Amino acid sequence: MRYGKRFALSLLCITVLHGIAPFAGFFAPYDYAEQNRNLPYAPPSKIHFRDTQGTFHWRPCICLPKERQGTFGVYDEDRGNCFPVHFLVRGTRYRVLGVFQSTIHLFGVSSPGKIFVLGSDGYGRDGLSRLLYGTCLSLFSGSLATALTLGLGVLLGTIAGYFGGWWDAIIMRLVELFLALPWLYLLLGIRAFLPLHIDPSQAFLLLIAVIGVVGWARPARIIRGIALSERERGYVLAARMFGASDAYVMRRHIAPSTYGVLLTQAALLAPQYIAAEVTLSFLGLGVTEPVPTWGNMLSVLQQYDVLVSYWWMWAPAGALILVGTMYWRLASAQQTAEVTAH
Amino acid sequence: MMVRGRSVAIAAAAVLCLLGTGGLFPDLPEELAISTNEIGHPGGRLSVSLRSEPKTLNPVTSTDISSREVIAQLTSDLIHINRLSQQTEPALAKTWQVTPDGLRYTLHLRRGLRFSDGHSFDADDVVFSFKAYLDENVRSPQRDLLLVGNHPITVRKVDSYTVSVELSRPYAAAERLFDGVAMLPKHLLEGAYNSGKLSQVWSLDTPAQQIVGLGPFRLKEYVPGQRIVLERNPYFWKADHEGQRLPYLQEILFFFVPNADAEVIRFQAGESDVINRVSAEDYSVLEKDQGTRFRLWDLGPSLEFNFLFFNLNRAIPDESSALAQKQTGWFRLIKFRQAVSLAIDREAITHIVYRGRGTALWSPVTPANRLWVNLSTPHPPRSVQDARALLQSAGFSWKQDGTLLDRSLLPVEFTIITSASNTQRMKMATMVQADLKDLGIRVEIVPIEFHSLLDRIFKTHDYEAAVLGLGGGDVDPNSDMNVWSSGGNDHVWDLGEPHPSTDWEREIDLLMEQQLSALQTEKRKALYDRVQVILAEELPIICLASPNVLVGARNDVANFNPAPLDPHTLWNSPELFLARGDSRHQ
Repeated sequence: MRYGKRFALSLLCITVLHGIAPFAGFFAPYDYAEQNRNLPYAPPSKIHFRDTQGTFHWRPCICLPKERQGTFGVYDEDRGNCFPVHFLVRGTRYRVLGVFQSTIHLFGVSSPGKIFVLGSDGYGRDGLSRLLYGTCLSLFSGSLATALTLGLGVLLGTIAGYFGGWWDAIIMRLVELFLALPWLYLLLGIRAFLPLHIDPSQAFLLLIAVIGVVGWARPARIIRGIALSERERGYVLAARMFGASDAYVMRRHIAPSTYGVLLTQAALLAPQYIAAEVTLSFLGLGVTEPVPTWGNMLSVLQQYDVLVSYWWMWAPAGALILVGTMYWRLASAQQTAEVTAH
Repeated sequence: MMVRGRSVAIAAAAVLCLLGTGGLFPDLPEELAISTNEIGHPGGRLSVSLRSEPKTLNPVTSTDISSREVIAQLTSDLIHINRLSQQTEPALAKTWQVTPDGLRYTLHLRRGLRFSDGHSFDADDVVFSFKAYLDENVRSPQRDLLLVGNHPITVRKVDSYTVSVELSRPYAAAERLFDGVAMLPKHLLEGAYNSGKLSQVWSLDTPAQQIVGLGPFRLKEYVPGQRIVLERNPYFWKADHEGQRLPYLQEILFFFVPNADAEVIRFQAGESDVINRVSAEDYSVLEKDQGTRFRLWDLGPSLEFNFLFFNLNRAIPDESSALAQKQTGWFRLIKFRQAVSLAIDREAITHIVYRGRGTALWSPVTPANRLWVNLSTPHPPRSVQDARALLQSAGFSWKQDGTLLDRSLLPVEFTIITSASNTQRMKMATMVQADLKDLGIRVEIVPIEFHSLLDRIFKTHDYEAAVLGLGGGDVDPNSDMNVWSSGGNDHVWDLGEPHPSTDWEREIDLLMEQQLSALQTEKRKALYDRVQVILAEELPIICLASPNVLVGARNDVANFNPAPLDPHTLWNSPELFLARGDSRHQ
């Protein structure tokens, strides 16, 4: 199978995004919950290479935004009050993968300067830092839920396809039941049943579990189809004739033939599940404040004034579109490669 | 078109004369009230948006804001509170006297007035109206407001144009009770009342001609899901000082929008002429277009106060639950509440939540209440250091990582519930969460649907802390009686207990009772000042901020005189007129 450049590029992008997401604390200049109440809705900081006299400097600097007296969210740049951007600076403490602690950040400016690469939100929290932490949660909720779904799908699909009979009948009726459920309402319903106040990390895991468990039906049906045709193949019959156990046949002969389909399914399901998390958090049913995810960051756009006044609040939507597109390209490249291979 | 509008008024007057001389009605000179506002010209239609469809047009049973807003245009009361001066002024009653003991009011009605169907109005209608409001079987929400010392007021007819009102005990500012109590047409509603069906009349399906009142407008048309159109009541009891009968407007169109955003967009697009209760966020959006087609008003503080409070209910269903531990433990500690209050940055709340268009509050009476506010209540600025010192003196300590621990070394954490649909209160809760983190307190915010929020607070008492807002309809302390008195329905922090549980609650109960029957304003003020001080010191509710009243109107709406008191904008609808000429004349 030849996957081609398009596939490689998309895969690289997605890998890089997933790779850097756990290091959000390092790339983010600030903590996601740190409020700067004198700087609500500050626009993205302008990076200057020239000072007020017009002299060029290699080290960029940013100027302190100053809220105009008696207004809200209207800023002037205080050109007399500039701060050079430093790299690998010490800042707030953060954890990587929940284990390592560090205070080194990729970049930053010294206090009282503030660098807001993607502007700030209504509480003066840094948009970039929130987006990075949010990316971590949103991407991993997508991937984990996908893994859960495919795990369940493969298990149940293979059992149904390989053993047939009653197993097949029961599992396939369940599949039909799950396919018929309107998933968004189901998620809303399940979320409503769960306890009212759970802390953000529990909420996150619950969200993944709920999204993952609801979606297993479609992959299970596809896997079942493959298992059904594979079990009649000559090499499977030969293996069984030689006394191979069911587990061996499933592992050695049936499972490998589903890999291609699984990868395509993963590439299709992951963005769908990221969107599901975004939807739930957008509706206030997912991860709660102050922990950011793309969904709850986007939920402020429900307010008309934010929607029309502060364009940088759209950043999570941009990230969602980017990741969605990458996954889609990956899936379509994969599909093309498979078609040409057969 | 102005000429045509005036000719309509003249024609109406001519019809009136004809009816009068025709002997259908007793021939009486009308005692009209005279408005001192700028003279306008008649005609035109004013479009106003409503955030929800009214549920009924029955003044006896209505409770929702939209219904009351429309009904206010269809009906009149005996004595009215002027929204600008905050004082009472004559309405259907032209004068009134009160006996020195404060127990008996005599009201003299204007003579010769007519309902919007042309039928005359007199003391029988007044007596009938109060009978209806006070009848327990009718279950009018107004009934509670007409109880003085738990006894309903007694209204008797003296002659056709005089009624007497007796109170069971002296009640300060009793004339304010009459504001908003719409007078009903006995000739139309007595039958329904006698057959016990008064609460079912005047639903939205009722034909327009059968809904009759003394207000400036009468119902013309209702289209479900879309609009309610009111037309000018030709018999309205006010005129301008040139003798021209009010209202000037030919029609008011109320159309329904789903939410505040839609309301702003429709106003921006010029589809509505007046916008009420604008949020600070939307105000800043509208501000960009201000001046061209419309003007905006920032009327300063409102009567609404938003606050954080802890569950202090004494009735605890499960003694061993975590909630019960917190209720009896931390929440009841005055020093804990004071520390929380000290750690909250109220100035930042007004800046971030209300964009500077709000007032930081330390006591529930806002500066909008010019007559009753006590400006000398303590309002200590934010100090995390002082808050920590208070907690320490109450036996709290801190873990190495900064977490606050109580006496038994349990980490201090609680949840705040608030309405998911109210973004401003959500923001307040988020800011309180960040502020209390500085004390080492972990706060979770749980946004829930508004009705289940009310359920938890008022019925099941299943919550730890909540952020809520209350907004008095009137400035008088009596209107807050049910919030501050122990047995009150809105005594949010401890409900359903008729007896006070603490000394300071006992003192508040006593002070509120005393101010109720004291007849001199100065004495009442002193008593109510003390209530405000106790509330600010004991902090059963931790006041946060009050939003400003923000409204807007198109440039050509004249005599527009918005007021901080509810309903802010259309309270002087009879005097409003359109200076744009005839473009929208119907």
